[in-house]
Formats: sequence, C-alpha cells, structure tokens
Amino acid sequence: MGMTMTQKILAQAAGLAQVQAGQLIEAQLDLVLGNDITSPVAIKEMDKMKVQGVFDKDKIALVPDHFVPNKDIKSAEHCKCVREFARRNEITNYFEVGEMGIEHALLPEKGLTVAGDVIIGADSHTCTYGALGAFSTGVGSTDMAAGMATGKAWFKVPAAIKFNLTGKPAEWVSGKDVILHIIGMIGVDGALYKSMEFVGDGIANLSMDDRFTIANMAIEAGGKNGIFPVDEKAIAYMEEHSKRPYKVFEADPDAQYDAEYTIDLSTLRPTVAFPHLPENTHTIDEIHEMEPIAIDQVVIGSCTNGRIDDLRTAAKVLAGRHVAKGMRCIVIPATQSIYMQAMEEGLLKTFIEAGAVVSTPTCGPCLGGYMGILAEGERCVSTTNRNFVGRMGHVKSEIYLASPAVAAASAITGKISCPCELK
Amino acid sequence: MNNAKGTVFKFGDNVDTDVIIPARYLNSSDPAELATHCMEDIDKDFIKNVKKGDIIVAEKNFGCGSSREHAPIAIKAAGVSCVIAETFARIFYRNAINIGLPIIECPEASRKIQNGDEVEIDFNTGVIKDLTTGEIFQGQAFPEFMQKIIAAEGLINYINSKED
Repeated sequence: MGMTMTQKILAQAAGLAQVQAGQLIEAQLDLVLGNDITSPVAIKEMDKMKVQGVFDKDKIALVPDHFVPNKDIKSAEHCKCVREFARRNEITNYFEVGEMGIEHALLPEKGLTVAGDVIIGADSHTCTYGALGAFSTGVGSTDMAAGMATGKAWFKVPAAIKFNLTGKPAEWVSGKDVILHIIGMIGVDGALYKSMEFVGDGIANLSMDDRFTIANMAIEAGGKNGIFPVDEKAIAYMEEHSKRPYKVFEADPDAQYDAEYTIDLSTLRPTVAFPHLPENTHTIDEIHEMEPIAIDQVVIGSCTNGRIDDLRTAAKVLAGRHVAKGMRCIVIPATQSIYMQAMEEGLLKTFIEAGAVVSTPTCGPCLGGYMGILAEGERCVSTTNRNFVGRMGHVKSEIYLASPAVAAASAITGKISCPCELK
Repeated sequence: MNNAKGTVFKFGDNVDTDVIIPARYLNSSDPAELATHCMEDIDKDFIKNVKKGDIIVAEKNFGCGSSREHAPIAIKAAGVSCVIAETFARIFYRNAINIGLPIIECPEASRKIQNGDEVEIDFNTGVIKDLTTGEIFQGQAFPEFMQKIIAAEGLINYINSKED
C-alpha cells in the first residue's frame, strides 16, 4: 500500500520499509526544540531521569522567545534555568537575546530545519517546518525531556488529508487567507490527529513565507503536521540558509487519504477569523455587509506572520498613510535578521512614520504575555494564530485573526478593512 | 490507582489550553500555583468548588491549542481524577498521559453526563458509571503500560522504574 509524504519520512526515521496509519513507531529525531516556557518544565523532568546529559548537543535548539527580554522576575528565573542548562550541556543552538528570534521563524533561517527531518518541539507551532518538507510536530515538555535525553520519540503514524491547491492568489490574498479559509472549511478539529498534505500546481504561486504561515497553522485545525512538497523554491531556500543535507520525499501515487479537497487559490478572498475560534471565518466581502467592526489595536508579527514578506506587505499598505487616531499598531519582526532587512529596506521608517511601534522579536502579545495586552472590551486585529477567550488579555477582549494586509489596512481605518478600500 | 469517583464539572466543545491555564500565569511552572488559576477564564469559581477526586467531562477537542504541559499539570494539581471527553486535541492527549492524568474518550458519556452528576470510573475495564442517573457507558480501557505510567505519576518516573 502506498504511503503519504509524512508516512515515508516517519518510516525512514523508524528504520522501516513500510508504515501505515495507526501504527506505533519509535523514530530517530533530527532536532528537539524548546522555548522559555516549556523548557524549564522539561529540564525539571530531565533532572529526574537517570541519564547523564543530552543525546546530541548539536540537535537541540533552545530559544527563549515568549517572555524575552524578560517581562518580570519569574520569567527571568525561567530563562536563567534554560541558559544554565544550555551552558551545562554545551548546547550549540541556544539563542540569547540579541541573536534570539521567534523560534519558528528563527530555526529555518538558521538552517536547522531541512526537508526529510523529523523534528519535535515543545511548542504547538513546531508544525511550521513542514513548509520545507520536514515532518515536525508539537509535543509537551515531558516528550521534549525524553527526546533530549534519548534522541527518540514514539509516534502514532497519522492518516492524512490532501489539499490540492490550484491557481494563483489575487492581490492582497496571502498564505494566511489560504489557511484561514481551510480552517473555516474543516473546523478546528477537522484534521485532528492527521497530517495535512498540501499538493498541486498552485503551490508554485506561494512564497516560502506563505508556506511557513500555512504549515504553521495546521495545529489550528487539530493537525499533527502540515507538509509541502519540496520544489525549486524550497530547495533555493534551504541552499541559501543551510549547510545540512536535505532529503526529498514524495507521496506514493497510491497513498491513502481520509479526505481530499481542491482549492482554487484565485477564488480566495481576504479572510478574517472572528472571536473566539480560528474556524469562525468571514471573507472581507461578508464583512462589508456587516456593521463596521471598530478596533483598538493591531498586531503584525508572530511565528505565523512576522517574516519579511509580511512586513513588506504591511509597509506597502502603511506607506504614506497614518494609523487611525487612538489606534495602537504594534509591529514585531520575528528575528534579528528580518529586523535588519526591514531596516535596510526602509520598512521600519515606514512603520514609524505611519504611527506604529516596532518591537524587538518576541511572542509577547500573541499569547497575552506582554507588549500589547488587551483591556476589557477591547478589540484587536492580529496576524497571530489564536483568538481564544482571553488569549491576548482580558477575558472580555476580542481577537480577529487576519493577514498582514488586512491588519495594516484596519490600523489605518480603525475598523476591519481590506487594502482595496484605501484611497 | 484503578478507579476514580467524584462530582462532574461539565464543559462544551473546544476547551482550549488558554482557558485551562492562561499564558499570563506561565511565568510559573509550580503545579500548586498553576492549579490556583485552573479553568479561570472559562469558570472563575471552578477552583473554589473543585474537590479532590472530581471529574471533568467535556465535549469535542478538549485541550486544543498550545502545547503547554502546564494545562494537564494544572488540572491534575487541582485534584481532578479524570477527564472524559468526546475527543482530545492530540498534544493534550499525549501530555496528559505523560504526566499521569487519566483521560478517556467516550462520546456517549460526554453527551449524556450532566454537570453535578456523581460518576465512577474503572480504569481496568473503561466502564464509566453515572451514579446519579444509573447509566453505564463503555469507554476505552487503559492499556497496561498507560496504567503503569499513571500509577508512577508520569512517564519519566515510569521510565526510571523500568531501569531499576
């Protein structure tokens, strides 16, 4: 029986010729990842284990990015715990403030994730690296601890859903609109326990940054992973960023899928997920039919949409314009290198002239940590990934998930808007 | 530990890890401290009312969202003896087993058990009894290794005990 792309990667990592959905396997890991929230719990668990040190100091990545630079004393203690663990175990890929970026933007940029890898990370958005043709999935701290100690993890081989993408997205339609459309279509548990395999000639029309955004939000449909075929764009990205050898896997022609969907990208519209679930999606045309939705804050950033393409789009919308009176617009480049590039391209100047603030890389506001917490009754258009109750602050605040284009346009008008509405 | 018995706290679909333990409290990893904020954003009185041994019953996709192991840790430290749901989000499922919090998927029990019911669960057989209504549901029995992980209070202790 044929295997999906995910199944082939897992079979190889388990040293098996063949695997099938539902099978329990033990796979070798190419990378184990943690951040400043999940790593301290993993380190505590590891201390309990009767093992000395880590399986491979080059195959662990520790990225303090959630509450960093430290927002308070407790966060500082967590980061200190991670820093000391990294030092004690001579972890090669520990990223201190100054080199640090949001983990899922940083690791591909540093060349630590390539096609064919098996990666676990104690962060749910670890599924991002599927954009490069890797199998990557989020786990908890205990799995991270066991992974750091042994270099192995057990998996139940997932069944799959196939998404055949065709056509070319229209202006102001991006990867974010593609994935929000899909989550709206299948629901927040539509891909529960499964892999989301993206195929089709429309993928050539999506930038790598679009693909990172799409794979990143596979978890928002309950998916175990999201994965893209390795094409010329993916190879060019890996060759630019990584010295590691990559391995290209392709799904068998007779691979089994639980469901198949075809999505013509040219028909998609800018899409917004309303509170309090990513599946509550409405197109911009539907929003135009509603009473205007006034907003207080815009956040452009995160592991979902803090990459250079995202900042370029936002800057294109904000250039020569100014955010609405009373609007707080927070722009967060995801890594130092993206920050530098945005500076060189003049994007930061555009943001500041438009009345936005530009922050150092951090996950901060996305999870209600700091750097943009919402008060009672406030509304935010955010390019982040979750709009759950209380996610960005007060339980009675509201989050609307959108693309950088819609977020930037909304910052200018003060209500949920599309760039096409701007004069 | 072969069974659980307690009063039910009932929740709906898609109870996410942000309401189980809001990220504003994740600057701590102390179970007792996390427990004091458990379910705060969905039921602010939960922690006042929950007693040791009580049971959470929810509907679809319990534990969706973040990978924070702090979520099952907070539930366990709050004294909850088992979570029953129609389905669980996969990272939460893995984390709950790894830290030794019993969880059972049982769509029928999830639909029929009401808030405040007294419920008893036999982990050996997977039988769930609603003592208030007298109804009996068949959930999935815990495989032996999962029972051992739970008895050892988590995966790491279980691995250590095997090496002794």
